[in-house]
Amino acid sequence: MHKLTLAEQLAGLAAKQFSSEELTLDYLARIERFDSRFNSYITLAPETALEAARAADAAYARGDAGALAGVPIAHKDLFCTAGIKTSCASKMLDNFVPPYDATLVSKLADAGVVMLGKTNMDEFAMGSSNETSFYGRARNPWGTDCVPGGSSGGSAAAVAAGLCAAATGSDTGGSIRQPAALCGITGLKPTYGRVSRYGMVAFASSLDQAGPMARTAEDCALLLQAMAGFDPRDSTSLDAPVPDYRATLNDSLEGLRIGLPKEYFGGALNPAMEAGVRTAIRELEQLGATVKEISLPHTGLAVPCYYVIAPAEASANLSRFDGVRYGYRCENPRDLYDLYTRTRAEGFGTEVKSRILIGTYALSAGYYDAYYRKAQQVRRLIRNDFVEAFKEVDVIAGPTTPNPAFCFDELSDPVTMYLEDIYTIAVNLAGLPALSLPAAFVGDKPAGLQLIGNYLSEARLLNIGHRFQQVTDWHQRRAPGLD
Amino acid sequence: MAIETADIEHVARLARIGMTPSEVADLQTRLSKILHLVDQLQAVDTSGVEPLSHPLDAVQRLRADAVTETNQREAFLAIAPATEDGLYLVPKVIDQVE
Amino acid sequence: MEWETVIGLEVHIQLSTQSKIFSGSSTAFGAAPNTQASAIDLAMPGTLPVFNEQALNYAIMFGLALDAEIGKRSVFERKNYFYPDLPKGYQTTQLAEPIIGPGHVDIEVDGVTRRVRIHHAHLEEDAGKSLHEDYHGMTGIDLNRAGTPLIELVTEPDMRSAEEAVAFLKKIHAIITYLDISDGDMSQGSLRCDANVSVRPRGQEEFGTRVELKNINSFRFVERAIKCEVTRQIDLIEDGGTVVQETRLYDADRNETRSMRSKEEANDYRYFPCPDLLPVVIDDAYIEALRGRLPELPAARQARFERDYELSAYDAGVLTAERAVADFFEATAAACGAPKLAANWIMGDLAAQLNKEEVSISAAPITPELLAGLIKRIQDNTISSKIAKQVFEAMWAGEGNADQIIEQRGLRQLSDTGALDKIIDEIVNASPDQVAQYRAADEGRRKKLLGFFVGQVMKASRGQANPGLVNELLTAKLDG
Repeated sequence: MHKLTLAEQLAGLAAKQFSSEELTLDYLARIERFDSRFNSYITLAPETALEAARAADAAYARGDAGALAGVPIAHKDLFCTAGIKTSCASKMLDNFVPPYDATLVSKLADAGVVMLGKTNMDEFAMGSSNETSFYGRARNPWGTDCVPGGSSGGSAAAVAAGLCAAATGSDTGGSIRQPAALCGITGLKPTYGRVSRYGMVAFASSLDQAGPMARTAEDCALLLQAMAGFDPRDSTSLDAPVPDYRATLNDSLEGLRIGLPKEYFGGALNPAMEAGVRTAIRELEQLGATVKEISLPHTGLAVPCYYVIAPAEASANLSRFDGVRYGYRCENPRDLYDLYTRTRAEGFGTEVKSRILIGTYALSAGYYDAYYRKAQQVRRLIRNDFVEAFKEVDVIAGPTTPNPAFCFDELSDPVTMYLEDIYTIAVNLAGLPALSLPAAFVGDKPAGLQLIGNYLSEARLLNIGHRFQQVTDWHQRRAPGLD
Repeated sequence: MAIETADIEHVARLARIGMTPSEVADLQTRLSKILHLVDQLQAVDTSGVEPLSHPLDAVQRLRADAVTETNQREAFLAIAPATEDGLYLVPKVIDQVE
Repeated sequence: MEWETVIGLEVHIQLSTQSKIFSGSSTAFGAAPNTQASAIDLAMPGTLPVFNEQALNYAIMFGLALDAEIGKRSVFERKNYFYPDLPKGYQTTQLAEPIIGPGHVDIEVDGVTRRVRIHHAHLEEDAGKSLHEDYHGMTGIDLNRAGTPLIELVTEPDMRSAEEAVAFLKKIHAIITYLDISDGDMSQGSLRCDANVSVRPRGQEEFGTRVELKNINSFRFVERAIKCEVTRQIDLIEDGGTVVQETRLYDADRNETRSMRSKEEANDYRYFPCPDLLPVVIDDAYIEALRGRLPELPAARQARFERDYELSAYDAGVLTAERAVADFFEATAAACGAPKLAANWIMGDLAAQLNKEEVSISAAPITPELLAGLIKRIQDNTISSKIAKQVFEAMWAGEGNADQIIEQRGLRQLSDTGALDKIIDEIVNASPDQVAQYRAADEGRRKKLLGFFVGQVMKASRGQANPGLVNELLTAKLDG
C-alpha cells in the first residue's frame, strides 16, 4: 500500500479496497521497522493516528469523508500540534507541548488526514543538511551516509522511504525543494502568503512559507488544496481565491514558454547534474514547451542578501525563547541575566546561536543601514529580475541544487554549505512559488528540476509537473532495501 | 568586515546568549566567513531603491475590535517552567520602574 | 544667576479598545493575573499579530485633535530587548514612520498662552506587569496588560515650568476624554508621563543636560517631581557640580528624585520593520471619515460656552477642561435655566467638595438634576444663598433633593410681611440708641448703620428671613 501515491490511496479508500486503519497500521509498522535507519521522525503519534484513521473509515462508511480522509501524513516538527510535542528539533522546545494547532494542521485535519507523527529537521529550520537537529541527523534513503537535505530533511526522507504518504515542510531558503531534490520526491514552495504561517514556528517571517512534499505533483496539488487560503490570524496571508489545483493538472503544455537563466547553468553546477536537468527540459519541449535563455543578473547576490535578512529576522523571532513561559529553562538561575544567558546558551545549538548573533550584529547600532536596509534593497532588485523575466516567459527552469546529496560532515565550512542553496534562495526573497521534481540521477543519487512560477501560479507549476511525471518515471524510483 | 572578539561578546550580551571563550573564538572564525560573504552587498548600487518588506508589497489588513480570545490560563501555565498564584516566576527583577 | 527650566514630555496613553492591539484578548482592567493573556500575548511559538482597526482610528482621531499630520503610511517596528514583562523579547512599536507626525497643543498658564509642539506620536503595545511580593525571592509576572494599545506622544522641549507641564498634561487629558479614546485615569496607569527636565541660565540658547524623570503618575506629582528635580539641578550646578544625563525615579513619599541604577550597558534596541505586520496605508477619505466623527473638542466647547452661556473666558476654560465637568455643567444649566449660577456652584462649592473628598464629578453624590433643583430654589427666593450651602451639604450627605431638605429642616425663607414686621418692631424697640443714631445720620451713613438692624433680624429669624424684604421693611420703618 505504501507504494501507492496519495491520490491512489484516496481512490482505494473511497472504493473501500482497504481501510485507513489498515493503511495507518502499515505505515506505523514500516516506521517501526525502518526508521532507525533514517531517523526521520522525532515524535510518533500512533494513538491519535489510529483514532483519526477510524474516524476516516467511519466517514467513508457514512459517505461524508473529507477531501483527504484517511491518508497518513507527517508534519514537520515546527508546525504546532495541540497536545503533541513540537520541538523544532531543538533542546529549547524538547518539552514543549503546544495547547493549540497551527492553521495548516487544523486545515489538513479538517480535510481528514491521519497524522502519523512529527518529522526531523534542522534546528529551528536553520540548515540544509539536517545535521543541526538536537535529535540526531535524519538520513537520506538513497544512502544513509548522505544528508537528506534540509531543513525539511525528515519529511523528505520519510516520504522517500515510504514512511508516510506525504508530509508538510517549510521553505525559508529552499527547505522544501532542496531535500525533495536530494531524496527524489516532489516538493512545492507556494507563493509567500498562500499558506498561513499561524502556528508555524517562525524562522524568518518574511521568507517562511509552508508547502507539501509528496511523491507526485498530483499529490502536492491535493495537499495544497487543503492547506492554501486566507487566514485572518496571519497579517501576511494572501486574500486571493484558491483555484482547483487538480482540475488543471492535465492541461496542455503547448505554447508554454520556459526561461533558462544563464546564471543557473555552468559555474558551480555539477556537469552530470546539468546534463540531467537539460534532458528533463527537453522532455518539456517534447510536450509542447518552447525554451529560451534569460538572465537573472542579481542571482549571485541572493545568498549574501539572505544571510542578512534571515538571521536578522530570526534574531528577534527567537528572543521569545527565554525560559519564562514555556520550553527549556536552565537549572537554578542566579538572577535574570543568568536565566536568559544560560537558558539560551544551553537550549540552542551552534548553528542557531551563530545565526542569532549574525542577525543581532546586522541590526545593531551603526550597521542597520549597511546590512539590513541594504539587503532589503537588494532584495527588491532580485525580485525585479524575476518581474522582468516573467514578461518574457511563463516559467523559469533549472536545477534545484548544484550537486546531489553530499555526505555528512563533508561541508564543514558554513559558507560552502550556504552556497549550495544558490538556486533556491532567490525564490524566497522574491516570494515566488517553485516546484522541485525528481528529474535525473547523478550516480545513484536523485537530482531535482526546479520550476519557478510567477506569483500565485501554483496551478500551472503543478500542471507542468504532472505532465512531466506522466512521461517520466523518476518519481517512481524507490530507494533500495525498503520492501 | 572583520569581526572582533569584543564584537562577538557584545552581540552575545545583546542576544542574551552565554559564551565560553572557546565558543567566542569559534564563532569569530565562523561569523567572519559569513560577514565576508555578506559584504558582497556593499558593492551594489541601491540608490533610490525602496527596501522590500513584503514580496507582494501588500499592506496591513485591519482586525475588527472584538474580544475573540477566551481565558486559557491553566493550559498555558501548565507548560511553564515556574508559576505560582497564576503568575510566571522569574528571578527577582531589580530596576523596576513601576 | 537666574535659571530657566526646559521641559519635554513623553506621554503614554492607554487606548480604551475592547481588545488588544494585536490580539483578540480583552483589555478590561482588574482581571485575575494572566487570564487575559492569550497565546499571542504570551508569544507562544508560531503565533502572529493582526492589527486592531479601532486602535488605528483612535490614533488618527487623536492626531486630528492635535492638528497633526497623519501618517498615510505607518510602519510597525520591533524594538528588541529582554525583560520578563515583554514576552516576545521585542516591543512592537513605531519609529521611522509613526501614525502621527508633527502637531501642537496650546496651553494657558497665568493668562499667557504657549504653543507646545508635538514631535510625533506613535502606536505601540504595552508590556505586562512585574509583581514584587515575595514569591520565595522571585518576581511574579502578569501578562494581562501585555498588548494593550498605547499611544506614545513626544513633545518638543517647549515647556518652561512645572505648571506648564501640568497644564499640557491636563490638556491632553481633556482631549483624550473628549475623544473618548482613553479613560485618562492616571491612578490606573491609563495616562502615564515621563518628563525630560533640564535647566539653563536665562538667555542661554543651548539646552542643559537633561534628566529623564519616571514614575510620576498624578498631575500633582508631575508638578512636584519637576520642581524638586529643578531645585536639585540648580543646587548641583551652583555648588560647582554638573548634571549627568540619566533616568531618575520620583519618590513621592520623600518628595525627591533618585538615580535609577544604571544598566550594565547602553541600550541598543536594534529596531527593524516587523515582518509579521505590513505597512499601514490609509488615504484621505479614511482620514476625513474619522474627522467627521470627531466630537466637539475643548477649545470649541469653551468658545461656545462663552457665546451661548455668556460665561467669562476663565469660567468657560475651567468648565471645559474636563469633558465630564462640561457635561455636568450643561446638564445643570439646562435643568435650572441659570447658567451663571450653575457655573458658580460647580466651580465653587461642588469643586471644593470633590477636591476634599477626592471623588470625580461623575462619581459625586450630587447629580446635575439635584444641583439644578437647589439653584431653582435660590432663584425663586425659597432659600437664601447662605441657606443653600446647608442644603448642598445635606444633599451631598444623601438626605434627599433640595425641596425635601428645605421642607424637612424648615429652611424656607421668611417672606411673610406680618411675621417680619413683628420681629422688626421688637428689634427697633429694643435698640433706642441705634435708632437715634440712624435717624441723626446722613443718607450715606444710614446705609452703613442699617446693616446692624439687618444682622439682628437675620439672627432672630435664624437666617431664614428674606434679606431683600428685610431691607425694604427696615428702611421704611426707620426712615418713616
